[in-house]
Amino acid sequence: MHELSIISSIVESVTESLAAYPGAQVIEVRLRVGALASVVEDSLQFCYQIATEDTPLAGSKLVVNVLPVVMHCEPCGQDVTLPSLQSFRCPQCGEFVADLRQGRELEIEAIEIEENHDHAHC
Amino acid sequence: MTTRIVELRKGILKKNDELAAGLRQRYTAAGVLVLNLVSSPGTGKTAFLELTLRELRTRGARVAALVGDLETDNDARRLAASGAPVRQINTHGICHLDADMITSHLGGWQLDELDYLFIENVGNLVCPSSYDLGEKVRVALLSVTEGEDKPLKYPTLFNSADAAVITKMDLAVPCGFDRDLALKNINEIRPGIRIFETSAKTGAGMDTWLAYLAEEREGRK
Ligand SMILES: Nc1nc2c(ncn2[C@@H]2O[C@H](COP(=O)(O)OP(=O)(O)OP(=O)(O)O)[C@@H](O)[C@H]2O)c(=O)[nH]1
Ligand SMILES: [Mg+2]
Repeated sequence: MHELSIISSIVESVTESLAAYPGAQVIEVRLRVGALASVVEDSLQFCYQIATEDTPLAGSKLVVNVLPVVMHCEPCGQDVTLPSLQSFRCPQCGEFVADLRQGRELEIEAIEIEENHDHAHC
Repeated sequence: MTTRIVELRKGILKKNDELAAGLRQRYTAAGVLVLNLVSSPGTGKTAFLELTLRELRTRGARVAALVGDLETDNDARRLAASGAPVRQINTHGICHLDADMITSHLGGWQLDELDYLFIENVGNLVCPSSYDLGEKVRVALLSVTEGEDKPLKYPTLFNSADAAVITKMDLAVPCGFDRDLALKNINEIRPGIRIFETSAKTGAGMDTWLAYLAEEREGRK
């Protein structure tokens, strides 16, 4: 499990981005996690609270958007979504599919922040 | 007080990915074929590599290896017996190797004087699959004693592999290993992948594996 190092990396990234919004408070952090990313949402959630203590992310909510695996099916000539990870075959024609188009993502999509206008320079 | 959504679209492993891309460029420029071996603990990565290093050296190839373990340099000592330069990476609790560890352990090695560099990852079927080490070939290993359904249980790892090696084939019969089922399961998760069936005890399957290595190396010129 490397959930802790993932969260440290999230804290680092979000803290960097907050520099542009002095005094802002983080309400929510939204992730996009592909089904093949080897990351378990429960473990992430479990670590998040503890690992964000004493950081600008303390008290924020973690939202994990899991993306299904999308493969390109050559015979069908289109992208298809796999219903499970147990078989890399096109759900329409049954042919094997090896061309991955989505499923390994591991990224911070967005953050929701509350801005404190005392700090805004006007 | 106003709330605002800030789009970030930042890769969480971006630092590792950038370092890995840098490594990949270095490997290509040096003309060295780099392989990353991943499997559960005890599959036989070190035994398979010991034999691979010895055979390649006998054939005049220039080889080196990095090996990751939480603790001990046992595997490095086993591999070094082949005569090849070997370095141990102790991760002290971290469940995978990352591109930064590789970078810091390559110091002093002339990559352009190598034909092959093998990286034995920490025994773990989950975490190593997220960390690109800049390798050209990711090899997933599976031993006949682990159960034919390993690929189905760990699809994230097997799906990211470029080649698969079934190890300990000398134990296939006593273990009641269902070869057809294992091949089918690997292919179900990673269609079309090259599969090698080997034994570090008898040397079975090594010729095909060594021929594949030579092909991959040719392919990168
Ligand atoms: N019979 C038989 N035993 C093997 C073979 N390959 C490895 N072993 C045995 O399996 C055990 C584990 O082998 P290692 O090579 O240390 O496995 P590993 O994958 O490097 O293990 P970690 O580095 O701890 O993850 C040892 O006792 C080996 O002797 C094989 O081909 N046949
Ligand atoms: Mg080993």
